[in-house]
Amino acid sequence: MLILTCPCCGVTGEETEFHGGGEAHLTRYGPGSTDEEFQAYLFRRENPKGVHFERWRHVNGCGKWFHAARCTVTLEVFGTYPAQTLRPPEDLLERIREKRPGWRWKDLS
Amino acid sequence: MKRYSAFAVAREAFRNHLGWDRAWRAARPKDRYDVVIVGAGGHGLATAYYLGRNFGITNVAVLEKGWLGGGNTGRNTTIIRSNYLQDASAAIYEKSRSLYESLSQDINYNVMFSPRGVMMLAQTQHEIRGYERTAHANALQGVETRFIGPREVKQLCPIINLDGPRYPVLGALWQPRGGTARHDAVAWGYARACSDMGMDIIQQCEVTGVRSSGGQVTGVDTTKGSIACSKLGLVVAGHSGVLADMAGFRLPVESVALQALVSEPIKPCMDVVVMANTVHGYMSQSDKGEMVIGGGADGYNNYTQRGSFQHIEETVRALVETFPMISRLKMLRQWGGIVDMTGDRSPILSATPLSGCFINCGWGTGGFKAIPGSGWGMAELMAKGHSPLTAEFGLTRFAEGRFIDESVAAGVAH
Repeated sequence: MLILTCPCCGVTGEETEFHGGGEAHLTRYGPGSTDEEFQAYLFRRENPKGVHFERWRHVNGCGKWFHAARCTVTLEVFGTYPAQTLRPPEDLLERIREKRPGWRWKDLS
Repeated sequence: MKRYSAFAVAREAFRNHLGWDRAWRAARPKDRYDVVIVGAGGHGLATAYYLGRNFGITNVAVLEKGWLGGGNTGRNTTIIRSNYLQDASAAIYEKSRSLYESLSQDINYNVMFSPRGVMMLAQTQHEIRGYERTAHANALQGVETRFIGPREVKQLCPIINLDGPRYPVLGALWQPRGGTARHDAVAWGYARACSDMGMDIIQQCEVTGVRSSGGQVTGVDTTKGSIACSKLGLVVAGHSGVLADMAGFRLPVESVALQALVSEPIKPCMDVVVMANTVHGYMSQSDKGEMVIGGGADGYNNYTQRGSFQHIEETVRALVETFPMISRLKMLRQWGGIVDMTGDRSPILSATPLSGCFINCGWGTGGFKAIPGSGWGMAELMAKGHSPLTAEFGLTRFAEGRFIDESVAAGVAH
């Protein structure tokens, strides 16, 4: 069972306290975008076998959205961070690179 | 290949069963094949089989990183039905169900298809309307289904509790020719038939890269060396995203864990398949007497082939409500499979941006029932470039907005 820490209220809880919200840091295309771009936003996913950045909501708690970095193979949670950011914090990325040498994701080398 | 028959069983009984051949050859990879299929699960093997049977293409290799049928083909709850709402879905699932009817004779391997009937319980007014609509759609599609009332539900399945603590049983969508089959036998039977046509089935051979030149696929790199091919079929379910990444494109697919469990074997008590989608659980009884139970998928991306504990609890709670007599049953085994979920909960059988590379994925939580039909359509697609069965399941539908929206139609468990 996943154990997550909500960065908004600081509570550490089991996964039944939270609800997964899918891949994080998607580019949200708006009016005037092409079909390809809408498809990328709505349906195309990284779906990595390994490090995954995702959105979670603390439904049975403070109710706030936040981000988590997690491994989809080992279910290890690398860390959680607030929702109000376009990219993961540098110290979290550094921690992941230490544990998964050579790992890259999107433009985050 | 020696044919299996009652006569063969009698003959072998008189010579200590020493005359049986291996069901399929343990092949070593050649340098080149016309067609390479990645994934020796049901869908991959069925694709290879119908390539040979319907189109005479037998210079085929089926590559498998683990063991044959060890992925979702060996991890499902073996339910076969075709009571879908959308025309494209009903066509491919009904083709599949009808192929199951004669599959044992066709491949000379007993897949133990048991058309015992499948009922999907309606436990809210909304579900009654939904299933009546499906029954009408199925009548137009030529799929035999019927909406039945609670009395008939109780007659068909006496162990059911019509007045559950949360949701009463108000009726059911009944498909009398749905049922179950022996899942391993489907993979083994297709593998034997493929091997008999001269195809190579290569286990413990993981694909590590896809080779291409000028936008045309030229082969694959594997843990057993490079293999050249002119056509490549990716049929790897949960790992489709990983293979698509090697081939240089991305899919509208997310992989999640779906789990199932079986109880200790008990005497025959239930000769139909019951799916209860509102409380979310489904159950049938295997020939060994185990109650085979399927539940929900986890709500996050996952490649671990095991599910989370709270989903077992939810599923079992739902089924104890529906079948109070199972409350003291002990559960024997629990396992998970990685299912590939698409945005509209319908599969993808399609050409890809890489010429000569085809993909068959996205069956999500309901792939077993589709194995023969999926193989039939995929083989036609790979041999001729188009197939009426797969036409609407193309990869481009997500950009064009032509969804086959079974997620709204079926709601939950497939």
